Amino acid sequence: MSSREEILALLRDNARYTTDDLARMTDTDEATVEETVAALEEEGVIKGYQAIVDYSKLEPEPVRAAVELNVTLDRETGYDDIAQRLAKFPEVKGLRLVSGDFDFALEVEGDSMSEVSRFISEKVAPVPEITQTVTHYVMESYKEHGVEFGDGHDDDRLSVSP
Amino acid sequence: MTFEASARVESVPPSGIRRFFELAEEYDDIISLGVGEPDFAPPWAARDAAIASLERGQTSYTANRGKRELREAIAAHAADAYDLSYDPDEEVLVTTGVSEGIDLAYRAFLDPGDAVAVAQPCYISYIPGATFAGAEVVDVPTRAADEFTLTRAALERSGAADAEMLVLCYPNNPTGATMTREELEPVAKFAREHDLLVLSDEVYADLTYEHEHASIATLPGMGERTVVFNGFSKAYAMTGLRLGYAMGPPEAITAMNRIHQYTMLSAPTTAQHAAIEALETCEGAVTEMAAQYDRRRQFVLSRFEEMGVDCFPASGAFYAFPECPWDDGDAFAEALLEDQRVAVVPGSVFGAGGEGNLRVSYATGLGQLREAMNRIEAFLS
Repeated sequence: MSSREEILALLRDNARYTTDDLARMTDTDEATVEETVAALEEEGVIKGYQAIVDYSKLEPEPVRAAVELNVTLDRETGYDDIAQRLAKFPEVKGLRLVSGDFDFALEVEGDSMSEVSRFISEKVAPVPEITQTVTHYVMESYKEHGVEFGDGHDDDRLSVSP
Repeated sequence: MTFEASARVESVPPSGIRRFFELAEEYDDIISLGVGEPDFAPPWAARDAAIASLERGQTSYTANRGKRELREAIAAHAADAYDLSYDPDEEVLVTTGVSEGIDLAYRAFLDPGDAVAVAQPCYISYIPGATFAGAEVVDVPTRAADEFTLTRAALERSGAADAEMLVLCYPNNPTGATMTREELEPVAKFAREHDLLVLSDEVYADLTYEHEHASIATLPGMGERTVVFNGFSKAYAMTGLRLGYAMGPPEAITAMNRIHQYTMLSAPTTAQHAAIEALETCEGAVTEMAAQYDRRRQFVLSRFEEMGVDCFPASGAFYAFPECPWDDGDAFAEALLEDQRVAVVPGSVFGAGGEGNLRVSYATGLGQLREAMNRIEAFLS
């Protein structure tokens, strides 16, 4: 792995590694790490850094839904046009064009179920190209961004062993 | 009538590591760099296969030598990864960890009074195992100056020429040293010249960072005189499942199996199911764990360098073996534990040549490792 790939892999694992950590782990210096990260950001490879949060520990707990969208296209309107329009809403946390039975997979977040429902019925469903919406409210989250929730793997090793 | 331990047992002192374990157990806030096993859980696919086998009730004994499917997978892996060619029916024996395998080899090939040359520092079972088999141990200390590789000079100096058997382990616990094919050649030549059997413990083979792992058994004239040991504890993080294997010429495996069939019957069945899955589908997980160890290795080496602690560039397993800043390694380790609550293991525990060094295990997450290195730095200043 090049140090660029290596640094990216490390940041994908833990975006809070310090420049010093990254330099030591990849056997480079801090200046190289800073340049590499700056380049990754500038090229748009790295889009941002966020915390992975267990929503069930928040008070009040935000409501999330996965929404399946079906659309019809015409001569003037393509997937990108519809996507751009939807992605602008701050309630939309994720938007992907997918293969299979529906076209877009939308992630929506709000303060309450009624807020999310209202958003879907008032902002999403009325978009002329959208022919169908199916909303799935998230009831429990077991794993987000590769991180398992729950008690995890306890370190039950002996403190000193051969 | 009382239970008095035999002279053989009496002649073996309790493991030095046990004392450090007990010292470390007195504190509940320590960061331990004294652990000789991975901090990862085994790949889920392997655990899942073990669970599924239990659900199906597959808990009978297996063939003495291990399930054939597993022996085939082991032989295929050895061929792919290390260019070792072994027949799964005649030349592979599945054991309860590498430790059982080493013990079988000692008892199968040594007569009372035979001499075993043991390259040291080494894993703590090699020397007592030889004693239990009634053999004499010839200490072959390796040196920091040679980056703890085994050299012809070290073999000559120690009188290994008169031994019947040579035991070596690369990548090494406790030093983290590895040996390239070129570095193994003079050792192989020495073994051929002096007609030594060779036990090569390669349980850390998949954790070799700077070069391809080379097995001494692949060198000319060595396959016929070498038993190679490997297992699932380190690369697959399956320590508690207790599964290893030995590969060697048919007559060697037959003799070892003669003891194994009476004393162990067969290695743990559940673990064998996990191991088949591990070999068949978990290569990616091994690569990922190795990549993480490698990053931590670089981190630790660079921190020691910064502190001015002399540490040769360990290139395998998950250990660094820095020189101890004090003359007395045991005293240093005790003081570090008491003062900074960081556990490391003094090299003296691992036999000749280890006295001046400390084993620092980096089988610990980076956050803990960073904190532990800061504490060591504080302790030194």
